[in-house]
Amino acid sequence: MSAPAKLPRWTEFGLLPAINLVAALLLSGVIVKLIGESPWAALKLMLDGSLGSQDGIGYTLYYATNFIFTGLAVAVAYHAGLFNIGAEGQAYVGGLGAGLVCLGLGDWPFWAVLPLAVAAGAVFGAAWAFIPAWLQAKRGSHIVITTIMFNFIGSALMTYLLVNVLIKPGQQSPETREFAPNAFMPAIHELLAKVGITFAPTPFNFAFVLALAAAAFVWVFVWRTRWGYALRVVGENPAAAVYAGIRPPRVIVGAMLLSGALAGCLGLNELMGSQHRIVIDFPGGAGFVGIAVALMGRNHPVGIVIAAVLFGALAQGGSQLSFDMPKINRDMVVVIQGLVILFCGALENLFRAPLALLLARRRKPDAGD
Amino acid sequence: MSGEPDAPPALELRGIDKRFGAVHANRAVSLAVARGSVHGLIGENGAGKSTLMNIVYGFHPADAGEIFVRGRRVHIHRPHDAIAAGIGMVHQHFMLVENFTVLENVVLGVEGSRLLAGGLARARTELERLARDHGLEVPHDATIENLPVGLQQRVEILKALFRGAEILILDEPTAVLTPQEADALFRMLGQLRAQGKTVILVTHKLREIMAITDRVTVMRQGAVVAEVDTRATSPRDLAEKMVGRAVLLQVEKKAAQPGEVLLKVNDLEVRDRFGVSRVKGASFELRAGEIVGVAGVSGNGQSELLEALAGIRAPSRGEIWWAGRDLVRESVGARERRILGLAHVPEDRLRMGVVAKFSAQENAILGYHNDSTYNRGWLLNRAAIFADCEKKMADFDVRPPNPRLRFSGFSGGNQQKLVLAREIEHEPRVLLVGQPTRGVDIGAIEFIHRRLVALRDAGKALLVVSVELDEILGLADRILVMAGGEIVGEVPRAEATEEKIGLMMAGVREEGRR
Amino acid sequence: METYTLIVLTLAATIRVAAPLLLAALAGMFSERSGVIDLGLEGKMLGAAFAAAAVSAVTGSAWAGLGAGIATAVALAGLIAFACVTMRGNQVVAAMAVNFIVAGLGPTLGLAWFGLGGQTPQLDAPGQRFTAIVWPWAERARETPLPGLLYAELLSGHNLIVYFAAALVPASAWVFYRTRFGLRLRAVGENPLAVDTAGISVVGLRYQAVVISGVLCGVAGTYLSIAASAGFVRDMTAGKGYLALAALIFGKWKPWPTLGACLLFAFTDALAARLQGVALPLVGAIPVQFILALPYVLTVLLLAGFVGKAEAPKAIGVPYAKEK
Repeated sequence: MSAPAKLPRWTEFGLLPAINLVAALLLSGVIVKLIGESPWAALKLMLDGSLGSQDGIGYTLYYATNFIFTGLAVAVAYHAGLFNIGAEGQAYVGGLGAGLVCLGLGDWPFWAVLPLAVAAGAVFGAAWAFIPAWLQAKRGSHIVITTIMFNFIGSALMTYLLVNVLIKPGQQSPETREFAPNAFMPAIHELLAKVGITFAPTPFNFAFVLALAAAAFVWVFVWRTRWGYALRVVGENPAAAVYAGIRPPRVIVGAMLLSGALAGCLGLNELMGSQHRIVIDFPGGAGFVGIAVALMGRNHPVGIVIAAVLFGALAQGGSQLSFDMPKINRDMVVVIQGLVILFCGALENLFRAPLALLLARRRKPDAGD
Repeated sequence: MSGEPDAPPALELRGIDKRFGAVHANRAVSLAVARGSVHGLIGENGAGKSTLMNIVYGFHPADAGEIFVRGRRVHIHRPHDAIAAGIGMVHQHFMLVENFTVLENVVLGVEGSRLLAGGLARARTELERLARDHGLEVPHDATIENLPVGLQQRVEILKALFRGAEILILDEPTAVLTPQEADALFRMLGQLRAQGKTVILVTHKLREIMAITDRVTVMRQGAVVAEVDTRATSPRDLAEKMVGRAVLLQVEKKAAQPGEVLLKVNDLEVRDRFGVSRVKGASFELRAGEIVGVAGVSGNGQSELLEALAGIRAPSRGEIWWAGRDLVRESVGARERRILGLAHVPEDRLRMGVVAKFSAQENAILGYHNDSTYNRGWLLNRAAIFADCEKKMADFDVRPPNPRLRFSGFSGGNQQKLVLAREIEHEPRVLLVGQPTRGVDIGAIEFIHRRLVALRDAGKALLVVSVELDEILGLADRILVMAGGEIVGEVPRAEATEEKIGLMMAGVREEGRR
Repeated sequence: METYTLIVLTLAATIRVAAPLLLAALAGMFSERSGVIDLGLEGKMLGAAFAAAAVSAVTGSAWAGLGAGIATAVALAGLIAFACVTMRGNQVVAAMAVNFIVAGLGPTLGLAWFGLGGQTPQLDAPGQRFTAIVWPWAERARETPLPGLLYAELLSGHNLIVYFAAALVPASAWVFYRTRFGLRLRAVGENPLAVDTAGISVVGLRYQAVVISGVLCGVAGTYLSIAASAGFVRDMTAGKGYLALAALIFGKWKPWPTLGACLLFAFTDALAARLQGVALPLVGAIPVQFILALPYVLTVLLLAGFVGKAEAPKAIGVPYAKEK
């Protein structure tokens, strides 16, 4: 099979991911059918549950916030030619940073706590990405393996800390005490209430705005600055980077630090905005969903936000589905996520060639078939 | 010479034709190699020799033509068929598994049975026999990566003989050998000939042809231009045929007015990533207002020289002087060299000079992206970049003049013009250019040549590396010839002739040069 | 005497924990030695675990479960191979996708078919599991000091799959280094061009390696659900697939060192269970999480080059392109 066929931009970034998504959904429908439920009913329930009510939309966007952060993290690394599988661990340790600020500075006013929490989350997350990055840049150690290892090490570390060090005295479950109210991220429904709009109470909080800001930042950084330019050159053609006087090892480490920092902001949404304490395993797989989001969003911030909302809807819809259809549980959502990764990632060339053929034919109807 | 005079040739090719896209690599090539002889196949880079031999060995199918082995027609679609026909090939880049032993490499693919023990024992016996008969000694249980290159090559030869090769093709075998190893190889080839084997030696080195071959075929631009008995020819004769009397691309230019020395290179040694020395003690100067051409067959150290000068590869020895500073000792990188005024148009633009997926305007700032002209504070100044690219496209007649178009969407000529524009429009004091017109159409070639001369006339120094001798002869005021990593000759344009340069390119030294 | 018993019991536990690791690591070895990264070990094992438990629950036969487990893992391996080799997809992404899909599909189908929240039914009928095989006189040997205990606990009393895994180590060493297939397999992971030139099919060899990996992962997964436990539980592989990969790297892609690495990692696991809360001289009580993280830390150190060099097969991860 020779080089993949070229597609016009709108197809590459719009139609092809859409087709891949549809394929993933179709296959999921088949599985639903196998289980003995109606795929159409399931789809309707999911759509209803995620987008059909204020409650649903709130939860959808709350989930989406996590995925925006991790999706951006994976995408930034990808543009530098790296596969960051460690977003899960970086989010976990990053949340530790944000959480510590909240625990320690709970009596400070919110607008002082927030920037420090953001900084701490970013720094801790970046720190967790540093060693795998350095090892890849200087020793050539495969970053996929090292980041997977660091996910496990991070999990062990956080478990230790939550069970032995940070645990609220006198309680059984491994979590910290609750943050002081000054360290709570304002919920969106509370903010809306202040301007007279009623909105259903959900964990949907201000971190969503921060996530959008992060997306804007990534967009500007990667495509509008000279460092982002250097990053993309290293990712596309390391030989050209060397020719241009760019130093790939530095760029690799820098990209991973930024990637880890973005993942580390997940705690702002999950801990400051929802749990209001540090709990075990709070990323809950968001690091891996971030891979799916980045792939579907073609590693572009706009695509990532859209894909993140989609996966948020999937998460919320799946939750709703498991309530209403006893035969299906939240694991079905994981299946759909996996299928999306499969089609948008590994099998992306499956539909590329037929699509190119189809488009070529439509453009020359008089070529005489 | 052995073999009965009326015996059919060991190998005969009739009308072999092959195209790769627009490139006509082999034009109706016909060739006959007598049994029990060493036959040379000589020509410049791109002459088509390697393609021809790859067809014979089954790597590519020919578009047309026939192959006969010992008088019988054979159909060769893959290496398996060639091996079955008794043809073996030793490539320039060895096909060995580095962490296997010699025995394991020899036996791979022809193990003889499911269990290795039997096959290995059989191989051992056979290798001992080959050692006795042909003098090809190798330590059977040594690991390949621990063997010197000369012995590794011997393993490749043994692989072929083990599979029953009667015809042995060697592609540029001495490219990686020391002179002593090369002599050992020739002795071995002589012995093979004495045993009745047929050897085809593909090379561009005249010395080897004269030393060991019985007959030689000369190829140029895909076609056979001569086939003679080695005894009946001479190096000068062969060089002439190799290089040919192609029409010289005349470039209109005034005489050069060389000024001050801008770059001085002293005893430069550059090693490749395997530690092999590729540039061995080069010394020369570049003066303002002068074009220095570097002639030579590809692979003789020119690429490494360019990379060292551009700051991409650190030399292992030597100095590069620029305005009183030794760029080597101060570890001045590629980025700083550009700022100083040393620009570089790479030999392989797609591999290292551009990012094919980026747009034209994004490529137009590669290497200069930190410049204040392209940045406004933290952000890239998109308007300035766009306008700058438009100007470059206008100045260099790049079509279509669309800065947003993906770079790979431009033709070769326009791509090269854009790269040149990028390097020239920053007004370097010295410009290094590798293969300025590779993959470029005739119209653009002329344009590029004129621009390079204009740069010279503006008082800049240029170093032009090219495998096209015509281009060197057309552009250069002074010509350096590289062969085997050394500068084997330095000739002012007025004294340069094709034969003279061709001889030097093939390794025959200029009188008086050590 | 107390300590001795403790040690022997810990070692016996080590063997039981090491068995699935070893099987998965050897599976990865075949695949990676041929040049195909095997990040899908986790998913293949999990899928096999589910299939084995489900089929055993329905048919009442452990052997049927084993067959189903192997078939599932091979099918998953085939899917990954199709995506990577034929569709030229990214090897990492394909494996991660399959891991995900299996992680979700197991409990989903489990819930639909058995209604137990994602698990499979408890396997308590005879013949549904692979149980301990007690060697002759083991009970009597237990009473004799020292060697008797060794015999009774360490050698006897494991189930069939454990013995199979142990036998697999010399068997794979033999295949790799003494057969034609092994020679070609190793060659294709180092220099596929050399193999192609010798007239052997690169793609064919790689598919064979991937299938073998599937089979061994199938056995590993089956062990987890119907030998070591009595049924499938969500996420029951708990990262063992990645741990096996780490062991493979730590064992430098060779059978015997990989065995050593698996035993080492399994030992830390068994030790963690024993040492919980136990105060050691000088250091005090080592947090159990530290011990659990140890295999991963060791692997990172190895990859960083601090514990000797780990040289992966040269051609690993690079899809083979015939165009020149």
